[in-house]
Amino acid sequence: MAINATINNETTHLVSMANDIAVNLRLHADADERTTQHMKKFWTPRMRSLLLDYAQAGGSGLSTTLTAALKKLAKA
Amino acid sequence: MSEQHSSLHDLGTPPPRHTKEQVSLEINGQHLQVDTGTSVMRAAALAGISIPKLCATDSLDAFGSCRMCLVEIEGRKGMPASCTTLVEDGMVVKTQSDKLEKLRKNVLELYISDHPLECVSCPTNGDCELQDVASELGVKDSRYGLHGRNHQQATKDDSNPYFTFDPSMCIVCYRCVRACEDIQGTFALTVDGRGFESVVSAGQMESFMESECVSCGACVSSCPTTALEEKSVITQGLPETSTLTTCAYCGVGCAFNVETRSNGIEQEVVRMTPYKDGKANQGHACVKGRFAFGYATHKDRITKPMIRNSIDEAWREVSWPEAIDFTARRFRQIQAEYGRDSIGGITSSRCSNEETFLVQKLVRAGFGNNNVDTCARVCHSPTGYGLKTTLGESAGTQTFESVAKADVIMLIGANPTEAHPVFGSRLKRRLREGAKLIVVDPRKIELVNSPHIKAAHHLQLLPGSNVAFVNAMAHVIVCERLVDEKFILERCEIPAWQEWSDFVQGAENSPESTQMVTGILPEDLRAAARLFAEAGNAAIYYGLGVTEHSQGSTAVMGIANLAMATGNLGREGVGVNPLRGQNNVQGSCDMGSFPHEFPGYRHVSDPEVRALFEQEWNVELYSEPGLRIPNMFDAAIYGDFKGLYCQGEDIAQSDPNTHHVETALKALKCLVVQDLFLNETARFAHVFLPGSTFLEKNGTFTNGERRISMVRKVMPSKSGKEDWEITVDLANALGYPMKYSHPSEIMDEIARLTPTFSGVNYEKLDRLGSIQWPCNAEAPEGTPTMHVDQFVRGKGYFALTGFVPTSERSTRKFPLLLTTGRILSQYNVGAQTRRTKNTAWADQDLLEIHPVDAEDRGISSGDWVGIQSRAGDTVLRAVVTEKVKPGVVYTTFHFPLTGANIVTTENSDWATNCPEYKVTAVQATRVTQPSEWQQQQKTFNQQQLAYLAKARGSGN
Repeated sequence: MAINATINNETTHLVSMANDIAVNLRLHADADERTTQHMKKFWTPRMRSLLLDYAQAGGSGLSTTLTAALKKLAKA
Repeated sequence: MSEQHSSLHDLGTPPPRHTKEQVSLEINGQHLQVDTGTSVMRAAALAGISIPKLCATDSLDAFGSCRMCLVEIEGRKGMPASCTTLVEDGMVVKTQSDKLEKLRKNVLELYISDHPLECVSCPTNGDCELQDVASELGVKDSRYGLHGRNHQQATKDDSNPYFTFDPSMCIVCYRCVRACEDIQGTFALTVDGRGFESVVSAGQMESFMESECVSCGACVSSCPTTALEEKSVITQGLPETSTLTTCAYCGVGCAFNVETRSNGIEQEVVRMTPYKDGKANQGHACVKGRFAFGYATHKDRITKPMIRNSIDEAWREVSWPEAIDFTARRFRQIQAEYGRDSIGGITSSRCSNEETFLVQKLVRAGFGNNNVDTCARVCHSPTGYGLKTTLGESAGTQTFESVAKADVIMLIGANPTEAHPVFGSRLKRRLREGAKLIVVDPRKIELVNSPHIKAAHHLQLLPGSNVAFVNAMAHVIVCERLVDEKFILERCEIPAWQEWSDFVQGAENSPESTQMVTGILPEDLRAAARLFAEAGNAAIYYGLGVTEHSQGSTAVMGIANLAMATGNLGREGVGVNPLRGQNNVQGSCDMGSFPHEFPGYRHVSDPEVRALFEQEWNVELYSEPGLRIPNMFDAAIYGDFKGLYCQGEDIAQSDPNTHHVETALKALKCLVVQDLFLNETARFAHVFLPGSTFLEKNGTFTNGERRISMVRKVMPSKSGKEDWEITVDLANALGYPMKYSHPSEIMDEIARLTPTFSGVNYEKLDRLGSIQWPCNAEAPEGTPTMHVDQFVRGKGYFALTGFVPTSERSTRKFPLLLTTGRILSQYNVGAQTRRTKNTAWADQDLLEIHPVDAEDRGISSGDWVGIQSRAGDTVLRAVVTEKVKPGVVYTTFHFPLTGANIVTTENSDWATNCPEYKVTAVQATRVTQPSEWQQQQKTFNQQQLAYLAKARGSGN
């Protein structure tokens, strides 16, 4: 059976969701701030902290905007 | 009784369309004043004077064929037909005279020489207009006898599962033909032959089922005799009672009279008759709403609560208190072990406002978290985000009636003649009157080219390119200065407008640059953009083809930008109109069922709003957003999300990436399903709470035009509880007290807490029939058109809509793009319609594939085709058709064993996590048998049905 290769771990999914937010807001001068606010407005605290932990542990695959956004999120 | 069959309420001809003045006239000595453009027949009826008629009915334009409604008018020769004669000032009319009576009797005798008055044996004895006229004129038989040439041996057409056509009873009044043309817009019926040979025929002398007939039933409603008759009336008898309610199928929200009759033991539904004064449907209906109610009494209905400790054991039927207590204990145990956030709830667009409101209240106040979501997550959540961001309110801007004033209609990713058929008919009527249509869709939908309808443009874009398309439209409109500058300056935020206008003028957004992505020829796109921008009134209607994408929210904002830039908001005939898939998508969103916001779209982090709810609910509320449906699945698999209360939604079938969903459901320690049937999700459940159909409860639904309408109980709940009562019991068992004795009290609470609903109550709904929110002190009777003088957010906001291609693109391994949609006869996951005779039209999902792609793969129509994506694979039958472009395949998701969602992926909208159902890269190959997953599903289903059978066998 073609068992689905897409059941990644939760954090990988969060990384791709967060990168999607950042890239869709990229045209705004304050894209990082908007990305932070979007995650604060729509993500649960646990989802945010999972991603923050990943970023703080040096996790890869985070876009520049997202990295900046996560720095702001960590301070918020 | 039924409006359509009652001559009492039938004024004979429709009201005049554009009337300004009144005229005075005299009918039978009575002085009247009526609007210009009114027929003499209607004027008389308004004055309580009945003129005999057969071919006239006020749902159809006058036809003047039956010669029954003749009148005498002073100063005019002959006897004109009152239906086709319009009133004039000073007219003196006589509707009764010996001469008129003699003529009418003679005509009627000719009719009944071919339609014997054998009324006693007729199923519609007492509900027949021919019979009424005969009795009014005192005609009992015909001087012409019954032995001349006649149609009495004509063969009855029984092919349609819901109604019969008996030509021997037909008086060839053309009402059915006109209803099919004018009301439904299908043109399936004709009259073949001339004179005596004239016979009503479906298609080219085909049976109804072989013809183009869509079984909307407009012909049946309009038939004055029993020639076109509901089979249910023939078998059950004429209905005895009638209750006004709201359809539980699509987001059009048609008003219906549910007509019932006692079978000696209980009330049974005989038929559903669309309500003429229903604002959403104006007396029209479709094959689902009118006919597909049989699921309510289907043998698969589960009516007793059931519990079990694990999904690998048999169900046990238990009492309500035992089931509720079992659930409450499980949920509290899970929270004790895994924390407050370890449980949540999902509600559904199939539930009423009151039910949805209570589920979110239970979660927020009873569970103590915000883990509540609704199935709108997977359909229109981008509409909520996109319209709130740009216009300030998460709702469509118009009434359905507004389409009658549109000059250009742009339809993007929506297929109204299949998914919103009654609105589709209104749209078609406007197009026949001359409005222009732009269809933006990867498929050649019916409206592209159908009888008397031809789209000005069909922009057959590739799945996944909506935002590139919308930006290209904006590019043309801004660069060619087709914008409405006055509107923008007065009504919109200027810095955002300037930023957006600079952005869309960029060369990357030109039709030439975007052609590579969209597949649309630049000249076609430019022509469409000019047509749209230069229309007096341009209206946009869109559906899930816009929202269910990785950039669904961006596309919605882009659409709102187009409407603002061209000044097409704030009046009739224009607007941004999301077509909602299910009956209460709008309502379920309004009721605060999204995890980040309270009823009325107010964020949970707002301390003032929270204080309001805390005071009313007497509990401290959490200020952080909860889990959305897809996040719940992830948290179930990887985290501590262990308990779920799922009301009226079949997530195992309707949500994408079935493997992922099933893994999540299996990880739950307590899954509670409240539904009518043992649906796909219930196979993974530990508690089954039997729900009620819309016929068995009170409440309200809110349709796609923000119209709140009453749902009225016509029979007792088969399970003994209405759905809202189950939520109340569960809350009480969890230690959070809820006390309501009727859903009207829930609406009163909604009104107290929600500014846009503050003027809504059941008494007013009964009085006005329906109300479009906002309904408050400023708009006590509701708001048909939104954003009239200013936007809800103040100034309109042009959001930047940069195109980001989806990661789901065709590759060598998966060279085709699969997109999904709906068909007319089936509804959503099919739980209801699959359990009706609607399966006569479709009993499986099919894969549409272009002849070129089919030939490459050796696939013919009817072959089994395997579909593989990176998420999974399934098998379904092919239909080779040019409705899709080469490179694109299409299917529906109405049947669980198709497993359409086995292949869809976890990709989702960046802003809302609405799944990207509309784009999946796949390969298609000819195969000989169902997929391994489908075979496993069969085994699993059989096992679960055996567990159910055990419960029923051991029932207490």
